[in-house]
Amino acid sequence: MAIQEQRLVLKNIGHIDPENIRDYLGAGGYEGLKKALSMEPAAVIEAIVDSGLRGRGGAGFPSGLKQRFTNDSRPGCRERYVVVNADEGEPGTFKDRVIMEQDPHLYLEGTIIAAYAIGASQAYIYIRGEYYESIRKTQKAIDDAYAAGFLGKDILGSGYSLDVGIKLGAGSYLCGEELTMLESLEGKRGNPRIKPPFPAEKGAFNKPTLVNNVETLANIPLIIARGQEWYRGIGTGDSPGTKIFTISGQVEKPGCYELPMGVSLRQLIELAGGMRGGKSFKSALLGGAAGTFVDESMLDTPMSFDKLREKGATLGSGAVIVMAEGDSVYDILHNCLRFFRHESCGKCVPCRVGTTQLVRKADKLRNGQPGREKLLSEMLRESEVMAATSLCPLGQSPILPVESAIRYFKKELLDGEA
Amino acid sequence: MSIQEIIKQFEPRQHNLLNILHALQDIHPQQYLTEDALDETARYLKLTKSSVYGVARYYTMFSLQPRGRYIIRVCASAVCELLKVNSLIAALEDLLGIKTGETTADHLFSLELSECLGQCQEAPSMMVNDQVFNNLDNERIREIIGQFRQTAAGS
Repeated sequence: MAIQEQRLVLKNIGHIDPENIRDYLGAGGYEGLKKALSMEPAAVIEAIVDSGLRGRGGAGFPSGLKQRFTNDSRPGCRERYVVVNADEGEPGTFKDRVIMEQDPHLYLEGTIIAAYAIGASQAYIYIRGEYYESIRKTQKAIDDAYAAGFLGKDILGSGYSLDVGIKLGAGSYLCGEELTMLESLEGKRGNPRIKPPFPAEKGAFNKPTLVNNVETLANIPLIIARGQEWYRGIGTGDSPGTKIFTISGQVEKPGCYELPMGVSLRQLIELAGGMRGGKSFKSALLGGAAGTFVDESMLDTPMSFDKLREKGATLGSGAVIVMAEGDSVYDILHNCLRFFRHESCGKCVPCRVGTTQLVRKADKLRNGQPGREKLLSEMLRESEVMAATSLCPLGQSPILPVESAIRYFKKELLDGEA
Repeated sequence: MSIQEIIKQFEPRQHNLLNILHALQDIHPQQYLTEDALDETARYLKLTKSSVYGVARYYTMFSLQPRGRYIIRVCASAVCELLKVNSLIAALEDLLGIKTGETTADHLFSLELSECLGQCQEAPSMMVNDQVFNNLDNERIREIIGQFRQTAAGS
């Protein structure tokens, strides 16, 4: 069945000038904020809880609960923060960049609403350093929002005040992990913190902090403006709303596609113009490097957080990297393993040693040394130990591509031929 | 602007460290952090030199060595590899006469690899300073390098 895009978060893209706040206002912008400011903060949180919105950064944690935890933690502490995770770096993912470059006010509005809900008076947007255009457009949006009274003291006469500033990343994938991001935001090396405590309790500057992804925040103005019941009616029961999938690789029209959760991989590929040059489908890497390979047996599985998890796959950030017959799963797996080795911060032993060991073992597979079967089981064992013992998600992730590549493409990995 | 003038635009708080380092690196024609820049930053933020060096060395975008006027960052991530970026990296090395990680003798270009640049809809991709170039092939790479050489010769 052919499927249509359902653009909610991306609705303004291509229709408004992202550098002109009037365009955004003309498209209904800041209506969500106005409505939120007329509500009690607790009611805003309840609306997000009821909407069923789940974090779009990869983990899929219920966003409303996160707000509630942050709001409820350490009642005596008046200082609390919102930190926007705009450190998009998962290979194959570019949705946040598109939002920041094409509709920056949307996620800024979501940020202001979230900050109002939890009573934060300062928010930081942590953007990766290579995203020059996103940084520039976001700064323009912030400046214009101040001028229009949506930021600063006494926003729209509500008595609520908020400041927002940009913090720059500098080329570390790991800083996309929330606790590591907070270290970096404070001006330190990007080494992860041990959790618990979670950011809701001790986040930025050790104060209660709500960390949300750009796409997650971009959903919030829509939920507040149109109501949580409307939102719940979209997508699946376990994952309401839409998801922006970034589809790349061997398809005719790679790009951002916004669809209700639960769409199948087959439908997504069709929407992206089908396979490039009419080649046949071989595999997709779902969720980027910290994601899972699938084969054609998964083409009709509904893509939602829980449905994919049931089948041992991931939705992650929504990256879908499509591979065709003739492409080498080994090469892409090797690329992911080199990536982890490069991005490992070296703080904990299992990850520092494990990421290097995995690349070495993968090298031996290529060199055609005997005992390939044993090498594969060693790689699996190594990544299992890493998953069990590493400090942060980076070391816990290689198991995903390693295990799934072996599950679906063991023969290729053993034969050394695509 | 001098190092001092740049630094003073920021409040003297540690959380401004990365933004300060970016600003200092950006104003240097060879796009790196000099010893003076790091020392001044440490003094201004009342941090130890070692902690400022530690941060500068941790992040891939910061360099403690002089680099070219144009930093080429080629995306070497999974999608770009799938779409044959490796042959383009080899072509760039040939064209510039340097290996990845090096700077040309005329200090014009540094060639670096980057993790995913988030341009996968038009891979393979690279950046030259803050500009993004997509849908790369050998011909396009020659054009781009040629243009930057021309710009540099004219200035």
